[in-house]
Amino acid sequence: MSIETALTVLKPTDFASDQDVRWCPGCGDYSILAQMKKVLPTLGVPREKTVFISGIGCSSRFPYYMNTYGVHSIHGRAPAVATGLKCVRPDLQVWVITGDGDGLSIGGNHLMHAIRRNLDINIVLFNNRIYGLTKGQYSPTSPLGQKTKSTPMGAIDNPLHPLSIAIGCEATFVARSIDTNINHLGEVLKRAAEHPGASFVEVYQNCNVFNDGAWDYAKDRDTKMDTTLELQHGKPLIFGKLREKGIRLNGMNPEVVELGKGITEDDLLFHDERSPEPSLAYLLSRMRYEDGFPEPIGVFRSVDAPRYDVLINGQIDEAIQKRGKGDLEALFNSGDTWTVE
Amino acid sequence: MATITPVKPIAPLDDATVRFCGDSGDGMQLAGTQFTNTSALAGNDVATFPDFPAEIRAPRGTKAGVSGFQVHFSSHDIYTPGDTVDALVAMNPAALVTNLEDLRDGGVLIINKDAFDKKGLEQAGYKTNPLEDGSLDHYSMHAVEMTKLNRLAVEGFGLTQKEADLCRNFFAMGLVFWLYDRSLEPTLRFIAQKFGKRPEVAEANTASLRAGYNYGETVEAMNTQYQVAPAKLPPGKYRNIMGNTALAYGLIAAARLSGKRLFLGAYPITPASDILHELASHKNFDVLTFQAEDEIAAITSTIGAAFAGEMAVTASSGPGIALKAEGMGLAVMTELPMLIISVQRGGPSTGLPTKTEQADLFQAMYGRNGECPIPVIAARGPADCFDAAQEAWRIATRFMTPVILLTDGYIANGSEPWRIPELSALRRTEITHPTGTENGDPFLPYQRNERLARPWAVPGTPGLMHRIGGLEKQDVTGNVSYDPLNHEHMVHTRAKKVALIADDVPPQEVDGPESGDLLVVSWGGTYGACATAVHKVQQRGGSVAHCHLRYLNPLPKNLGDILKSYQQVLVPELNLGQLRTLLRATYLVDCIGHNKVQGKPFSVGELVEKIDGMLSVK
Ligand code: SF4
Repeated sequence: MSIETALTVLKPTDFASDQDVRWCPGCGDYSILAQMKKVLPTLGVPREKTVFISGIGCSSRFPYYMNTYGVHSIHGRAPAVATGLKCVRPDLQVWVITGDGDGLSIGGNHLMHAIRRNLDINIVLFNNRIYGLTKGQYSPTSPLGQKTKSTPMGAIDNPLHPLSIAIGCEATFVARSIDTNINHLGEVLKRAAEHPGASFVEVYQNCNVFNDGAWDYAKDRDTKMDTTLELQHGKPLIFGKLREKGIRLNGMNPEVVELGKGITEDDLLFHDERSPEPSLAYLLSRMRYEDGFPEPIGVFRSVDAPRYDVLINGQIDEAIQKRGKGDLEALFNSGDTWTVE
Repeated sequence: MATITPVKPIAPLDDATVRFCGDSGDGMQLAGTQFTNTSALAGNDVATFPDFPAEIRAPRGTKAGVSGFQVHFSSHDIYTPGDTVDALVAMNPAALVTNLEDLRDGGVLIINKDAFDKKGLEQAGYKTNPLEDGSLDHYSMHAVEMTKLNRLAVEGFGLTQKEADLCRNFFAMGLVFWLYDRSLEPTLRFIAQKFGKRPEVAEANTASLRAGYNYGETVEAMNTQYQVAPAKLPPGKYRNIMGNTALAYGLIAAARLSGKRLFLGAYPITPASDILHELASHKNFDVLTFQAEDEIAAITSTIGAAFAGEMAVTASSGPGIALKAEGMGLAVMTELPMLIISVQRGGPSTGLPTKTEQADLFQAMYGRNGECPIPVIAARGPADCFDAAQEAWRIATRFMTPVILLTDGYIANGSEPWRIPELSALRRTEITHPTGTENGDPFLPYQRNERLARPWAVPGTPGLMHRIGGLEKQDVTGNVSYDPLNHEHMVHTRAKKVALIADDVPPQEVDGPESGDLLVVSWGGTYGACATAVHKVQQRGGSVAHCHLRYLNPLPKNLGDILKSYQQVLVPELNLGQLRTLLRATYLVDCIGHNKVQGKPFSVGELVEKIDGMLSVK
């Protein structure tokens, strides 16, 4: 059976379930689904060993559309469901699909703990800065002042930034991509899957029904070269249509500089995704369009650290090695016993 | 020169109840546990009731900081830790004032006299010193300078005064061991094992223990020893066991015998945490304990482990169970086998964390949104937790359903002798997972067998990929469905599946006549008190029977007939009448309640009085 599976070369369509996809026409989720189906066959993991777990929200319908094992769980809890699953079955490839409301609001606690435990799971957060499924309330990533059904006078809570949270929890793999930037998204998903440990990917996703255009600045052909910056390991931070601008560190703060006029590439900040210190990645996660910075996309951080799923099973092996495989009879008879004739 | 110790008379007793009480730092739980184990090893039947404050370290000497441990030991079968106390050890005035009312008239009172100074008396609210004002005259009182004598006993071991005083509980133990003619050997073994790495502490504790014992033997005022003969328990090998430990063993056994890994997702909560601790110490049984970030993660990780195909368990108490409600709904919808253990405590809200109550039956039955049936079973005593855990897992896997197992603080922390089972006598739970479909047919995750259980297809199995979740399922295919009639069908199906469990469990038994004047119906941890009370009245010829329920949802099939065979039905509960309401609603039978919510178990005496009262007005 397993040989047969290994020999089968799977195609993206093999990963499609028989269910009709029910997102609104034009939703950014379609593109993410398509890239996922393209990436999975390249990973060499059979479908039956792949599990998608989600919470509640538009993005969380994702597992229904994949011909793998899947759980569409409850609001915010997907990382916890994935934790139980991965602990007892570390052989499975586990994906968590979540959104800005699901992952950062109701499920913030689970997200934080799944990341800090560094279980070998892949978390993809579709960030559309709105509650879509409940029809248009502001979300934890909605910008200040955003007018929605529940904020007719504008949002007054300071938004959360998913990658800052993940890096704050010392995530070992952190990346960002954009729903319509399909090649880049595919690359990022593949790297997330290959990373041993918790991978956290934020995808800028357009909700064309309730928050259309939220990411236009980062997607628009005319502006995206100036508003985003593609990170490359070991390379200086350069962006702009003519690659004429860069990011330089001024003390502890990044600043945008024009190349030339005495400033060379060597003056720029060089990206090091493998830096053990998360501060650089955190600094990158704080570069915001509204503050005049290009927003980095790509892999912010990719480091190795002990994994919870390995450690929890390692303790079992260690216990068996030290004390022998548990013997029920010995367990029951432990401590003082006496016999009644 | 050899001292001549006068031989003191030994009085035989059927049974006796001893309570050790003192400050929570006085080591009373240890004293109680050691005395219990020694009595059990001497062949007595034992039942215990540890009672500790919610605060870890309440200010020393205050009433809030009093910790107690009661042991009932007997030469015959017993089911309760005893209503009244025959011997009370009080280490300070606060312990005396809070425990004295339970000491029977003429009972033995052993007091640490040194703690009865001005400050101690004030903290306990004594205006005059009870050791001097004659108020304790009707007890057989021994005011011992325990602190002083103990310090003398451990002199020379190089301990600080503080460390020396920590040995004082061994002095008290030694004295009680003498009083009941108990061997010091088991405790000496315990000391050697526990303090082996600090020989000076081991030696000091040993000296304290012996000093206490010798005090009893030599001091003239201690003029009688008591002896409780071994009980005639069914033959077999025994050990003493606490409810939470027995529960953990039951889970380990169930996992092993069904060929599964055991996963526990849990968040620390009194009084359930000991299940987590116990399981965490048995990793070599392939037990994975996950201390989750919260109660919600505890149950949802459990759901993940259940989906993965292993034995998944979460354990908590009322407030935690409340947080798990949504997760339990998902467990019902996904029809995955798992156990939800609720060790009940006093509520509502944070309530009385360290005290017992059985007021979470409704929570277990109904505490979720939608029509959300979950089988509920309850353990009746510490040792029974072992069997209940296995039975819960059997039901969960046979019917593909979460199962709630109720225990309570009283049986979780209480202990009793457990007849160690033969492995061959344990019931094996056979579990089958589908391995594929025939001729490439699509896999149907919600196709049911004769018990209405769906297949448990495990990730990793080729060809059986499927998705499940909290949205309503189409029958058979498991696809998402909003169809009104399908929803109604599924609601009925889930209910019927749980109802069918009644066909799979033994008929309800009654202890006593099959019909008569009065039936006492109980569930959970009140078994011991109810059984003892009913036996007492039966021995006097009263027409009363006892029906103790293990299965609360569904109720046993023959229960309706049983209820209707008696003139009156009494339902004693440590709540305001939850089972009573359930029985009245289900069977339209009038039931009388006897209800108490004081954070304490029933006394046998109060139940006997209630039963007598009902029999006399028939
Ligand atoms: S509401 Fe928005 S996010 Fe949801 S499916 Fe429609 S477009 Fe996509």
